[in-house]
Amino acid sequence: MQGPEVLLSLNSRGLLAFEHLRLHKDTQAQPDGAEVKESVDGDQQQDEGEKGEDGESDKEEVGLWEETFKSHTDTKPNGPTSISLDFSLPGVEHVYGIPEHADDLKLKTTDGGDPYRLYNLDVFQYELYNPMALYGSIPVMLAHNTQRTMGIFWLNAAETWVDISSNTTGKTVFGKMLDFVQGSSENPQTDVRWISESGIIDVFIMLGPKPSDVFSQYASLTGTQSFPPLASLGYHQCRWNYNDQEDVKSVDQGFDQHDIPYDFIWLDIEHADGKRYFTWDPHKFPQPKEMLQGLMDKKRKMVAIVDPHIRVDSGYKIHNEITSKDFYVKNKDGRNYEGWCWPGNSGYPDFTKPEMRAWWASMFAYDQYEGSMENLFTWNDMNEPSVFNGPEVTMHKDALHGKWEHRDIHNIYGLYVQMATAEGQTRRSGGVERPFVLTRAFFAGSQRYGAVWTGDNAAEWDHLKISIPMCLSLGLVGVSFCGADVGGFFKNPSTELLVRWYQTGAYQPFFRAHAHLDTTRREPWLFGPENTALIREVIRQRYALLPYWYQLLYQAHKTGMPVMRPLWVDYPKDTATFTIDDEFLIGRDLLVHPVTEEGSRGVTAYLPGAGEVWYDVHTFQKHNGAQNLYIPVTLSSIPVFQRGGSIIPRKDRVRRSSTCMENDPYTLYVALSPKKFAEGELYIDDGHSFNYDTKKEFIHRSLTFANNALTSNNLCPNCNFLTSSWIEKVLILGASKPSKVLLKMDGKETPVDFEFDTSMSVLTLRKPGMNAGADWTLLLQ
Amino acid sequence: MTCVHLLLTLVFAVSLGTPVEIQGPRGVPLTKKQFYVENKPFTCLDGSRTIPFDRVNDDYCDCKDGSDEPGTAACPNGSFHCTNAGYRTMFIPSSRINDGICDCCDTTDEYNSGAKCENTCKELGRKEREVLQKMTEITKEGFLLKQHLIEEAKKGHQEKQIKVTDMQENKKQLDEKVEVLRTVKETAEQPEKEAKERHLKAWEEQKAAIRLEKDKAKMAEAFLELDDNADGFVSVSELQSHAELDADADGTLTETEAQGLMGGAEQVDMSTFESVWPNIKDKYHSESQPEEPAPVETPPDEVKEPVVDNDSEPYPEDDISEEEDEDDEDEDDYHEDDDKAPPTIKTPEKSHEDEDAMPPYDADTQALIDAAQKARDDFEEAEKALREMDDQIRNIEKELSFDFGPDAEFTYLYSQCYELTTGEYIYRLCPFNRVSQKPKYGGSETNLGTWGSWSGPENNKYLLMKYEHGTGCWQGPNRSTTVKLTCGKETVVTSTSEPSRCEYLMEFTTPAVCQEPANTDLSPHDHVEL
Repeated sequence: MQGPEVLLSLNSRGLLAFEHLRLHKDTQAQPDGAEVKESVDGDQQQDEGEKGEDGESDKEEVGLWEETFKSHTDTKPNGPTSISLDFSLPGVEHVYGIPEHADDLKLKTTDGGDPYRLYNLDVFQYELYNPMALYGSIPVMLAHNTQRTMGIFWLNAAETWVDISSNTTGKTVFGKMLDFVQGSSENPQTDVRWISESGIIDVFIMLGPKPSDVFSQYASLTGTQSFPPLASLGYHQCRWNYNDQEDVKSVDQGFDQHDIPYDFIWLDIEHADGKRYFTWDPHKFPQPKEMLQGLMDKKRKMVAIVDPHIRVDSGYKIHNEITSKDFYVKNKDGRNYEGWCWPGNSGYPDFTKPEMRAWWASMFAYDQYEGSMENLFTWNDMNEPSVFNGPEVTMHKDALHGKWEHRDIHNIYGLYVQMATAEGQTRRSGGVERPFVLTRAFFAGSQRYGAVWTGDNAAEWDHLKISIPMCLSLGLVGVSFCGADVGGFFKNPSTELLVRWYQTGAYQPFFRAHAHLDTTRREPWLFGPENTALIREVIRQRYALLPYWYQLLYQAHKTGMPVMRPLWVDYPKDTATFTIDDEFLIGRDLLVHPVTEEGSRGVTAYLPGAGEVWYDVHTFQKHNGAQNLYIPVTLSSIPVFQRGGSIIPRKDRVRRSSTCMENDPYTLYVALSPKKFAEGELYIDDGHSFNYDTKKEFIHRSLTFANNALTSNNLCPNCNFLTSSWIEKVLILGASKPSKVLLKMDGKETPVDFEFDTSMSVLTLRKPGMNAGADWTLLLQ
Repeated sequence: MTCVHLLLTLVFAVSLGTPVEIQGPRGVPLTKKQFYVENKPFTCLDGSRTIPFDRVNDDYCDCKDGSDEPGTAACPNGSFHCTNAGYRTMFIPSSRINDGICDCCDTTDEYNSGAKCENTCKELGRKEREVLQKMTEITKEGFLLKQHLIEEAKKGHQEKQIKVTDMQENKKQLDEKVEVLRTVKETAEQPEKEAKERHLKAWEEQKAAIRLEKDKAKMAEAFLELDDNADGFVSVSELQSHAELDADADGTLTETEAQGLMGGAEQVDMSTFESVWPNIKDKYHSESQPEEPAPVETPPDEVKEPVVDNDSEPYPEDDISEEEDEDDEDEDDYHEDDDKAPPTIKTPEKSHEDEDAMPPYDADTQALIDAAQKARDDFEEAEKALREMDDQIRNIEKELSFDFGPDAEFTYLYSQCYELTTGEYIYRLCPFNRVSQKPKYGGSETNLGTWGSWSGPENNKYLLMKYEHGTGCWQGPNRSTTVKLTCGKETVVTSTSEPSRCEYLMEFTTPAVCQEPANTDLSPHDHVEL
């Protein structure tokens, strides 16, 4: 409640329900008179009265103690255990979140259709615009209207369904207006119902009221995005598979020959010896350290896959140790659970056991993981877990994790895999270096352990489009470090699609190209010089913006604010933004409208903010806010706008990897608001260690332009970090021409050269030259 | 190229009279040095603007074309020139200046990054010269070899064409010969057929006579047996003792039945028994033998040629193993059988069925058969020769039709195969035929493509070979292989890879692609290219 207003009501439809634990009917005592109904099937709001207990229970008995799916039988030794609760949200028409679904940002009502399902599954060639379950589950829903943002966190790792209904469904805009005019309108309301197969009802309500409040409230429950190594924000080149060391070397050289930056090259499952993770194929990768050293000499890095299914093979160290320590998941009879995956017959370590995770982490030590070096990082795939011959390609629900059935913990299994892996990477450096681990499966809290990608998409335009709402939905519920396979995993993209996907992916947090084994090669330079140039250009744009991306990840790590955001997060009162999911914000200062239509000649971008202005980052042309702007596009166009009122630091000297750019100078892009004001931040640290946290070794500065003065202030006076980076250039967009410019630093004033471009009102300050960590003021007179 | 620096120093030494150290802005190649004049305003090389000279290489990008910062990383589109004395001069993107990675072998790109670079130009130069020298030698020798290959191919081509012409001439003759022999054969076969038929008929008649004789003897024997009282008559009661003659199969031969058999008579004498015998002979059991041996049936009507004795065929295995020329082989075998026919007739086991075996042909008939057989043999031999000739002509014509390069220099690869063994597989390239892969440790061969076409770039399509339509990939395309040809003294497969799933790349050296080496050797004075 807020004042007289009801914000949210629980069980208003009376759908609170849970199964009593009971004995199998042979021995069962009649369940005592329940004060809560036990039925879980469908919406039965009216059905509240007592039912004909006998007839009903006979019917329900089918499937209560055993269920069969295709050829699989779930023994359900505990019988039915499901739980349910409904939430009503008066005044709410827009709800978001509960990833992972390949669907629009704004959740749809599920009346008459399937509910949104949360059950981590290895889905082969997933369908779009569909509530079906995918690789990960975060049972968090956000509700938003112009007054307030709230969140519901249904903490349950069992299979979960969410039904959404709304009293405004199907009403046209006109119908709503009519309601409004007549004053007869019922308040719009969204009702949601959560159902889980087992576990307890454990719900957190985040009350907001601002979006940022919900993010920090949720972050206080599950933690924030891990702060990744700077390099992992660069470009990642992946393929199933880079065949051998020679192949890796030639791809690496290809990037240099074509002057395209990249930071990570990835190895998929074929790199391991017989899919025994932590090993290397002796023919294809006989000298992994040599290969890694070669990359290190170029200041580049590698990721090798480590999946959680372990080949059952008495000649395999990992398998033998897990067996001897009795760390495998058990089947219902208490024997080691086995299933088929890439290596053939495989065991599945029980990552829910802390001892198991500690042991797993120890396997990443340099003396355990042979051939690994400090520039080798990890990718956890198939951690739903994927079991090729299991029900729905996953683990049997009656498998056992200690006392717990797999059904109880299914959705959190993947989180534990990534947790243990990230822990291993941290530990191998004695806790000094930040880990980088990519995961496919995830749960609430996975953001603490690394990056997430949207799984096995396809080289189709719709898959490019859906990458935006999919990552936006993840960002809303904590997972900021998100990306989709650039180019599409399955099938071969057309050249145009590939270029457009690079342009989109370069402006999403996790930027990795990946391709299926059966596709033709698609390294960026294989499509003719024009397309190579287009791809090079957009990757360079990404690298120039790395300081901004890094700062946003730092902010996400500190506050829980999503990096890639729907527009409504920063424009919560602008209803026009509530359903937009073909454009998005990076932080609050960059607005991106990727071109995701084949043969597109123009896009219409919505620029939010009445009274605000936006600057085209390529031309510096100024546009007013609160308008739909038609932008003609060519194949080279990526509509990106900087918010008037913001300052974005860039490193415009793009080099072959992010590490090579470490000491390079910054250019500040100061985009003035109509009131000639702008602000921004600059964050600098060593880019890879925990020293920012443990030793406060970082620089964090506020940059403010006001009253014709641009000032850098220290936001962390007790921090210490020295950088050799300096400010080489300041661009002030929307400026007027000064007569002179002075740099005030250390009590001295020195003149600064400048140029003024009248046509676009861009003032360029030439080489002011101050250290990026210093206090200074630039005065325009 | 390799001695540019030295050479330039020399040029300057000459022009200025004294040797000088060439100074100037960092990263500027000699060819452009003239535009960078100390203490004079610098005009961007694209002419876009002019700046004071102290803004050249001041680590700030003033020119759109990047020309004011040849020695720093300030311009995104700049390039840095390394002299690399002792090795090749080169340009690197200015983004590689001071990035901590040694790019120029003379270390000049890392003047301020703290990277520990060593000057490796001399070593690289030496290596490159070695490689170049080797390459030149290889090219030289390869080119010589190529000339031989061309010569041989020419010769071979001519020879083959002559051969084809000859063969076609021969073939014509063979055609005629076959026709003649066919007539001879047919002429010889007619009397043979007639003689054989005569012989057969005679034998059939003889057989019938013998059968009649036998039957009579049996009847007489039966009469004597039946005539228990030896009164010269067989009576009804005597016949009744032979229950097997029972007509209604009730176990007993009644008097009436017996009388019926005897044509109503009470008894019959020997001559009348002749009319009774046909009624009973089929069922009659001799008293002397407990069981009558299987009734002697008239031998089946089929003509029992003495030659048919397949079981004793002496070379059955040869027959099966050679699959390719089945027809020919069969015919050969057939003839052999014919030759062996006479001895098989004399095998001892025939005694019992003496009468069933056809007696040998008389001399005249045999002579006719032998003559016909010879005519047949001659004809078939000639026909076979004609077929072989046809095959040969076709093969040579096929070979002649291949595109073996502008000078037929690839001819020698035809019908050859080259192998490369890698960690897991043995790869096999049979040029103009197919590429295949076989697991090293057992397993079946996979076809990586059959000859498709030359597919090099337009200006020289003979640098790449394409093999297509190999074994299909699971859920993927058919395998295909591109073979990249480079100049080498030897003809070998040097590497294989699979850059994309099921698309293989094979590197192959052969003298056939060696180009005529430039008419100059590597002496430095040939390298003025300013």
